Amino acid sequence: MAGLDQSKAPIYEALLKYKDARIVPFDVPGHKHGKGNPELTDFLGQRCLSVDVNSMKPLDNLCHPTSVIKEAEELAAEAFGAAYCFFMVGGTTSAVQSMLLSVCKAGDKIIMPRNVHRSAINSLILSGAIPVYVNPGVNERLGIPLGMSVSEVEKAILENPDAKAVFVNNPTYYGICSDLRRITKLAHDHGMAVLVDEAHGTHFYFGDGLPVSAMAAGADLAAVSMHKSGGSLTQSSFLLIGSNAEKFGVTEGRVRAVINLTQTTSGSYLLLSSLDIARRRLALNGKEIVKKVIGTADYARKEIASIGGYYAFADELINGDDIFDFDRTKLSVHTRDIGLAGIEVYDYLRDNYDIQIEFGDIGNILAYISVGDMWKDIERLVSAMAEIKRRFSRDKTGMLDHEYINPQVVLSPQAAFYGVQKPVPIEKSAGKISGEFVMCYPPGIPILAPGEMITDEILAYIKYSKERGCVMTGTEDMDINYIKIIEDK
Amino acid sequence: MELWFSEPHTKNVKMSIRVDKQLHTEQSEYQRIDVFESPEFGRFLTLDGLMMLTEKDEFIYHEMITHVAMASNPQIKNVLVIGAGDGGTVRELTRYGTVENIDMVEIDERVVEVCREFLPQTACRLDDPRVNIVYDDGLRFVRSRENAYDLIIVDSTDPFGPGEGLFTSEFYGNCFNALTENGILVNQHESPYYPDDAKAMQRAHRRIREFFDVCRVYQAHIPTYPSGHWLFGFASKTIDPLSADGEKWNALGIKTRYYNSELHKGCFAIPNYVKELLKNAD
Repeated sequence: MAGLDQSKAPIYEALLKYKDARIVPFDVPGHKHGKGNPELTDFLGQRCLSVDVNSMKPLDNLCHPTSVIKEAEELAAEAFGAAYCFFMVGGTTSAVQSMLLSVCKAGDKIIMPRNVHRSAINSLILSGAIPVYVNPGVNERLGIPLGMSVSEVEKAILENPDAKAVFVNNPTYYGICSDLRRITKLAHDHGMAVLVDEAHGTHFYFGDGLPVSAMAAGADLAAVSMHKSGGSLTQSSFLLIGSNAEKFGVTEGRVRAVINLTQTTSGSYLLLSSLDIARRRLALNGKEIVKKVIGTADYARKEIASIGGYYAFADELINGDDIFDFDRTKLSVHTRDIGLAGIEVYDYLRDNYDIQIEFGDIGNILAYISVGDMWKDIERLVSAMAEIKRRFSRDKTGMLDHEYINPQVVLSPQAAFYGVQKPVPIEKSAGKISGEFVMCYPPGIPILAPGEMITDEILAYIKYSKERGCVMTGTEDMDINYIKIIEDK
Repeated sequence: MELWFSEPHTKNVKMSIRVDKQLHTEQSEYQRIDVFESPEFGRFLTLDGLMMLTEKDEFIYHEMITHVAMASNPQIKNVLVIGAGDGGTVRELTRYGTVENIDMVEIDERVVEVCREFLPQTACRLDDPRVNIVYDDGLRFVRSRENAYDLIIVDSTDPFGPGEGLFTSEFYGNCFNALTENGILVNQHESPYYPDDAKAMQRAHRRIREFFDVCRVYQAHIPTYPSGHWLFGFASKTIDPLSADGEKWNALGIKTRYYNSELHKGCFAIPNYVKELLKNAD
């Protein structure tokens, strides 16, 4: 497939042709190029509505691509160094789930870090696969969960030679990477596939000075959030297959069959064309874009350091093991030393300074830096942080100092999810097995997952997070006052 | 041949000035800079197509952004001017022998160079030994300063371009922190008339009020700005501009064309609809 013309954007070009042809629509969607919904057209724009169309011969079909979507997927595969690339319209959540369902069936083991996004644990519920958790390292000062150390992965592989796959975050939300090359080699040597959650790593495929990408490391499947650092529309994503994946039973046909189990048959052309155009842009200008983003993030770190009190961490953390590499485009800042939880800084930034950042947790914030950022916005962020320190900083005594508690897994997520459950007041749930998730969202990394033991330590963490203003999600009770537990037999 | 410069003041209103010739145009790193020669207003400077100053009416803006604060506190020695690349504000400040230091922080070096070449009327005092020109983002510059200035003048563009950061809470808070105990903040406060400008004006007022005990607004009539009715913000930690000693200022013998001691009091008397806007700024 070498030598495709990356300046092409087949889906986009087909949509332009479709518009030029002035086709009379007697098919869905019923808004008929927006004419049937003038308020919506006024809000989103005629150009947008005119290409919100259905699958048809000249525009191909996402479930069974043979023309322009196939060409666009092949171009994307080439740009990302993959054997094949699927355009996904159900978010990276659906890419993560398809990845897991392609490799694991009920009862199969998968080795994974516990600090995964909820979508990964959800896919364990869907598939019935059994997680073998590798506890991530924890940085004492920052309190954040790190990557997996190679020796821990090796231990898990040797103890579970029947596991089907190893799942890796590349990077974590905070920007931390495991040694993906060595983990991949290790897994492959033991006949296990390597699945990589690259929700926060699209840019690793372009530009210099970044951690290795899943495809370059030889991984078999990767879920890539094009809509995060790649610049496409929200909810659009890529699922990549590596060149050795066939050895592990992962073929293009099988993965497509899995995707089609749950993905819509009415794939949005707004999302598909955004993937196509974003891929073209990255393929043509990615290097330059990434360089600019790294420069912006480095500048922000330097300025934040000069405020004092905050710690904008980066590659100085690298230790060759559970912080094998760091993604310098991430602006992660530790806030506890000024006596404020990350979530408090997050709230101050929005409420007092009209600045929305990606997330705040117990001790850190993450500001997402991209090519869309302008210098004057970075100056605003830094100045607002200086003001927050000046106006609101407190003594840090008594603040919780960790983001992560090693779970005690009692049941598989699927067994717990479908087990007999009853709701109890959350403060009375210690010692019981959770039937539900509890997490702060964002970042969406479960504090509790179905099948895990509820402990006093976890309850204290949940209470603290709620008090500081984290948005807690996961339980059926929207206020997290009740949690469903597994009934004693 | 008719050659006209036009600036939309709203989607439905525009002002046009007949132009003899264009003296300069360039796209700097931050904005488009143009200088024109016109029969009615003399030379004028626009940034991104928006009127900054004309030779004929700049005296109104520059006198009013400077002398109200200077008359309110004759002890002012150390001044920070943000923006103001045309030099007009600095020109007015250098007329006070009591001023010891003027830091002028302008983001766009090209604006200063273009004004030095084409608008000596305003740029004429930029070489005064008391003036230090720093080319930096105003927001960035001010956040590292503490208890340093007796007066900060924010002579900025509108809040919809490079000047956006100078209309934010973080900026006003940083300014508060950079001022001495009797410090004064004067800012270009937009117009109350057209709704978009009025919203920017209300936002600025609300944010300044978060930090300063004294927080007033005064007005001037500037023919080439949208609606011609322009406001300035006067915020301070202690000093009330209405208690200024007019005789003392008159004794300085500074010759002005717009500002005077009666106007100093009068310019704080604002129309009811503007009072209403300010009251409802929350």
